[in-house]
Amino acid sequence: MPGRALVIAAPYLWLALFFLVPFFVVLKISLSTAVVAIPPYEPLIGTADDGSWQLNLHPENYSYLFSDLQYVLAYLGSVRNAAVTALVCLLIGYPMAYCIARASPQWRPALLMLVVMPFWTSFLIRVYAWIGILKQNGLLNNFLIWLGIIHEPLAIMNTQTSVYIGMIYAYLPFMILPLYSTLEKMDISLLEAASDLGARPIRAFLTITLPLSLPGIIAGSLLVFIPAVGEFIIPTLLGGPDTLMIGTVLWNEFFQNRDWPVASTVAVALIVLLVVPMMLLQRAQAEGPEKS
Amino acid sequence: MKTGWFLPISLALGLVFLYGPIVSVIVYSFNESTLVTVWGGFSTKWYAALFQDEAILNAAELSLIIAVSSATGALIIGTLSGYVLARFGRFFGRTLFAGMVLAPLVMPEIIMGISMLLLFVGLQDAIGWPARGLETIIIAHITFTTAFVAVVVQSRLVDSDLSIEEAAMDLGARPVQVFFLITLPLMAPALIAGWLLAFSLSLDDLVTTSFVSGPGSTTLPQLIFSKVKLGLNPEINALATVVITIVSIATFVAAVYQSRRRPG
Repeated sequence: MPGRALVIAAPYLWLALFFLVPFFVVLKISLSTAVVAIPPYEPLIGTADDGSWQLNLHPENYSYLFSDLQYVLAYLGSVRNAAVTALVCLLIGYPMAYCIARASPQWRPALLMLVVMPFWTSFLIRVYAWIGILKQNGLLNNFLIWLGIIHEPLAIMNTQTSVYIGMIYAYLPFMILPLYSTLEKMDISLLEAASDLGARPIRAFLTITLPLSLPGIIAGSLLVFIPAVGEFIIPTLLGGPDTLMIGTVLWNEFFQNRDWPVASTVAVALIVLLVVPMMLLQRAQAEGPEKS
Repeated sequence: MKTGWFLPISLALGLVFLYGPIVSVIVYSFNESTLVTVWGGFSTKWYAALFQDEAILNAAELSLIIAVSSATGALIIGTLSGYVLARFGRFFGRTLFAGMVLAPLVMPEIIMGISMLLLFVGLQDAIGWPARGLETIIIAHITFTTAFVAVVVQSRLVDSDLSIEEAAMDLGARPVQVFFLITLPLMAPALIAGWLLAFSLSLDDLVTTSFVSGPGSTTLPQLIFSKVKLGLNPEINALATVVITIVSIATFVAAVYQSRRRPG
């Protein structure tokens, strides 16, 4: 049926051209070297002095990446920040999702919407809001001093703590959504049965609720971890000199050093890092919500 | 089962955590004082200043043009994608297609930004198109917001009853007729929700935009970002409040349409 092929082809071609092909362009330029020109990299296929074609491959960008401690630390820092963010989001998000899932059915959509709304509402501005709260003479310090809990303002802004706060805050809704959708489907009678058989609530939770919600935990953690690894806005606005994240390194290589090949190499390394989590996520989602 | 007070309290605290910062920006946008975090009385003067700031008005106009165009583009491509994923079953290359549609939902923007820019530069080198600026920003925004439209449309179609479409086919309607007379009206709430989500995401985008924009095209988030890096100022709070209001209305309407169950 030609109509069917056409309906598939239109979005397929768009996404292939503007989403898939660019990755190969990045890969190509990561093997190039920076020159002062427009565009600022050496063409992959050039002409030698005698007029013959020659291939200009520069794999040394990759060895450079591994030999420079700054990049290695930025990678480790990004992975650690994203992992801690996912863990804390799980600890905060789980009771929230559980509470919504156990609320009366007419309340659930409204509560869920309350949680999701901030996710859609201007990421940049929500991160910006924390500057006014966390800085030296910001709202939090003023409030704590007014309460008499502290006498000197706490130095939270531009530290690792402020980065964690911003990331947990920004990615929390990502965790709550998949947790909610697994918890909502759970058969409550299992818990009643456990209770009838004498299990205390904490035991029932650990042996029934927690294992049953594992798909949601996995999906939520990946949904937080993957975008958090490449985060740029939060470390830039809330981080300090000791905040090393790969997103800011890539940005600086690109916009400040104008070294497009090294920036591309950093991007390729980041993609490699994310391939496994993204495949896990696709598998988790394929067997998760659509199955039921 | 009794869960006691622990769950409701953690939900309430969580919501305070999610909304507190947004509320603080809104409250302090009405602050008389030039100091951002010291309350100096109620005033709307920062809003007045906002509407006299040429740079902000220009950036806002550009951002709105981009958001409307890219949401419309994403609506078309996202609807097709969601429809293909929900209704076409297996076809050659489906796994790759599903991956391409859904990956932008989680893909760090910094990767999409640099990769699309390098494609645009390469294309321009080869065929002289597209020039960096409005066009490239719109193409990039369409590409990453398509995923959100597709997900909304797909879940609507998966939830809805296939038998109406089958009945129409049995009664002799051609596939095109079925699509326009049955499937499209069935998807309508999802289309409205998807368009509004794409609009909000485009209006808010900083990272991808910064990579693909050209000289002379500064969007609202780019302007806010450069001002924030210079330090806080109450005018940004007023601007942020305006943006939050627009985006909240859009997402609220989107959420209402998205949660609406199919008729009957």
